[in-house]
Amino acid sequence: MSGRREVWITGVGLITCLGEGLEANWSHLQRGGPPLYDDKSFAPYIVHPLPPVNFDRQIPKKSDQRQMELWQRIGVYTAGLALNDAGIAGKPELLDGTDMIVAAAGGERDIPADTGILTGMRKVAERGPFLNERLMSDLRPTLFLAQLPNLLAGNIAIVHGVVGSSRTFLGEEAAGVDAVRIAQARIAAGQSELTLVGGAYHATRWDVLLVFEQSGAALTGAFAPVWDRGPHGGFAPGNMGAFLVLESREHAQGRGARAHARLLPVVSDRNKRQPGEIEATLRRQWESIAPHVDRAHAGIISGAAGLQPTTAAERTALKDFGLPVRNTGTYIGHGLEVQFPANLAIACAALEHGRMFAPAGTGDSGASPSRMSQVVVTSVGNWRGEGLGLVERVT
Amino acid sequence: MAAATRDKFDRPIVAVTGIGVVTSLGVGKSDNWTKLSGGVSGIKRISRFPTEGLRTNIAGAVNEVYRQDMSPAELSERVALLAGEEAIAEAQIGGKGRFPGPLYLAPPPLEIEWADRIAMTEMAAANADTTYPDLMRVARDYAARHGAFRFAIIGEHLAEHFGTEGSPISLNTACASGASAIQLGVEAIRRGDCQVALAIGADASLTPESLVRFSLLSALSTQNDPPERASKPFSKNRDGFVLAEGAAALVLEDLDHARARGARVLGILEGVGEKSDSFHRTRSSPDGKPIVATIRNALADAGVAPEEIDYINAHGTSTPENDKMEHLGVSTVFGEAIRGIPISSNKSMIGHTLTAAGAVEAVFTLLTLQHQRVPPTINHAVPDPAIPLDVVPNAARDAKLHRAMSNSFGFGGQNVCLVMALEPA
Repeated sequence: MSGRREVWITGVGLITCLGEGLEANWSHLQRGGPPLYDDKSFAPYIVHPLPPVNFDRQIPKKSDQRQMELWQRIGVYTAGLALNDAGIAGKPELLDGTDMIVAAAGGERDIPADTGILTGMRKVAERGPFLNERLMSDLRPTLFLAQLPNLLAGNIAIVHGVVGSSRTFLGEEAAGVDAVRIAQARIAAGQSELTLVGGAYHATRWDVLLVFEQSGAALTGAFAPVWDRGPHGGFAPGNMGAFLVLESREHAQGRGARAHARLLPVVSDRNKRQPGEIEATLRRQWESIAPHVDRAHAGIISGAAGLQPTTAAERTALKDFGLPVRNTGTYIGHGLEVQFPANLAIACAALEHGRMFAPAGTGDSGASPSRMSQVVVTSVGNWRGEGLGLVERVT
Repeated sequence: MAAATRDKFDRPIVAVTGIGVVTSLGVGKSDNWTKLSGGVSGIKRISRFPTEGLRTNIAGAVNEVYRQDMSPAELSERVALLAGEEAIAEAQIGGKGRFPGPLYLAPPPLEIEWADRIAMTEMAAANADTTYPDLMRVARDYAARHGAFRFAIIGEHLAEHFGTEGSPISLNTACASGASAIQLGVEAIRRGDCQVALAIGADASLTPESLVRFSLLSALSTQNDPPERASKPFSKNRDGFVLAEGAAALVLEDLDHARARGARVLGILEGVGEKSDSFHRTRSSPDGKPIVATIRNALADAGVAPEEIDYINAHGTSTPENDKMEHLGVSTVFGEAIRGIPISSNKSMIGHTLTAAGAVEAVFTLLTLQHQRVPPTINHAVPDPAIPLDVVPNAARDAKLHRAMSNSFGFGGQNVCLVMALEPA
């Protein structure tokens, strides 16, 4: 049985196109106005850029930065923000026992190397030997280290000294949900006291877009809020990093740490995505957390990404929950593995302000509760996986 | 009803009630054990693709399972499925397509393969240089014919096939992944989140690029002739690992649950230890402290003393670095007593099955306990005087064994150690 001990969120690190940190993100979401997206660099695809980041502030050694590709730099930087926020950065006595669960995709391709090989390949008869020869000469040894999914965690260990344990979960949105779910369950059951959980997504690259063009998930054409992207829809990949420090209440109080929020057990599941199955899974999950929800003071932050039919199915299910709904995807884009941790981070900001941010698009509904004390965060994967998380103010 | 059986720390006891394995030695426990205990190597010349221009042209491939043009995702899924089916059949649990617990899977990291990129390039028929936008133009048509790339496809297909419960977890801790999958299952059963779990490690991703990547880090043996002699863990002339494929599956089960349904208990997963290394991306801390801490954490988690370990299934990759550091680690923990503990490396015969290795070697460790026979470290012709271990050189040995340990170390500072024992009387 999970849920025996309280789990607090005592540190948050967040970077999206809206900026660095909870306040920058909150103020933009609260203000509303035009979203920040880039429809030129990868036209006709729409992506959400990275804000200016001075990586030196969290990754002081250039030699470390050189060993990482951008997704790792974003992740190591954001993890550092979360550790700082939790007050455990630079404290080996705590970091030595801090566990880590990172949600990651595959790493980055070397685009010029790939395209150079593909161009040359067309002119040769013996393709196998040509490929071997070019891979041996064109691939950078360090690139492999940026391609290994677990090397974001590895770099966080090296740069920040988080060395209790390290696990990396793979597989798009569900990996982010399950990373938080397992981290919460381990602490609740006494298997961990302190866990860093999250991930990073480098969206503005052709190799990512190629993957989602194959499945028809990448947004093209005119930008619209996630709820209003037409019958096929699509998501706009967003650069982002999000990490949370989860901690047992006892441990946090013992060191005088402040809680952003309490994280209740996360629920996740899968189905085959036959018509009606997304709605049914979300309803079942809602029923399992509804007894803990104080409806007068709760809201929903939806992870809807804009792809159909998933976004419409989620919208249908959320109507039945009867809580005000806001999405973040319109503003921060879609960060796959990172979306759920990022939305939990934004939920922490909403709890601190005691209200919801501005609606964006036709699926955002309901007025913000006054003195909002609970937020339900949703995740419906672009292909598989549904999940819900519940965070509440610690009083 | 009898009181629940608990371990020394008042946690549910985790039994193993089914195991399955596929390696270059063959499909299934029986074939694998016969060859493994017979000192047979599965390492061969690569026949799947041309190897001209590569420094290494040998591997431990699962040729028995491979069919023409299978992608790494398809082949990895296939070996995972075979191992899973064997384990579930042995455990005699659930119904067809209805496994009563979650799936913890260690798959290889997937990406779009060269075969796909090349095929898309041809479809695009660009005039000048090929660019990613050229590939984008045809990507959807290509996917319509061949299926779209999906990161989590293996876990999804296995969850569907076996009917496991909940969201399947795919994880990666590099070369410790298989052990981490087992660890997640052990933890879930101890939490009481489930009574049964399926842990699978699978990796069948032998491609030119995977070879080149490890080659460029000088991690692979280049002693290609003869192939079966290349992997020589703990030997003075070791020069790298041999890339290999394989899969293994374990049905993990709360001991009370297993006993209540009359299941045969193959062994107990007594303890798991882990500790990350922050020294370097590909190298271990020279003081060996993270490895030492990992082993000590596993012993502490199992609640046993070093002298209660009868056999060590080594990570033993055959790289100069790993084997030296593993020796430092075990000799620090076990002291002088290490000279009397057999420690052998399955990788001398099957090569390094990467993300599957931790699961494959856990299965082999359980078979070692079951058969009371220690598989050898083959190719041990030139002992390394700096590594004075009893590596069970070249020939298997009968021994009285109750408890064993299996080490897994990976790039990115990943270290996991498992402690397994026979069922308590």
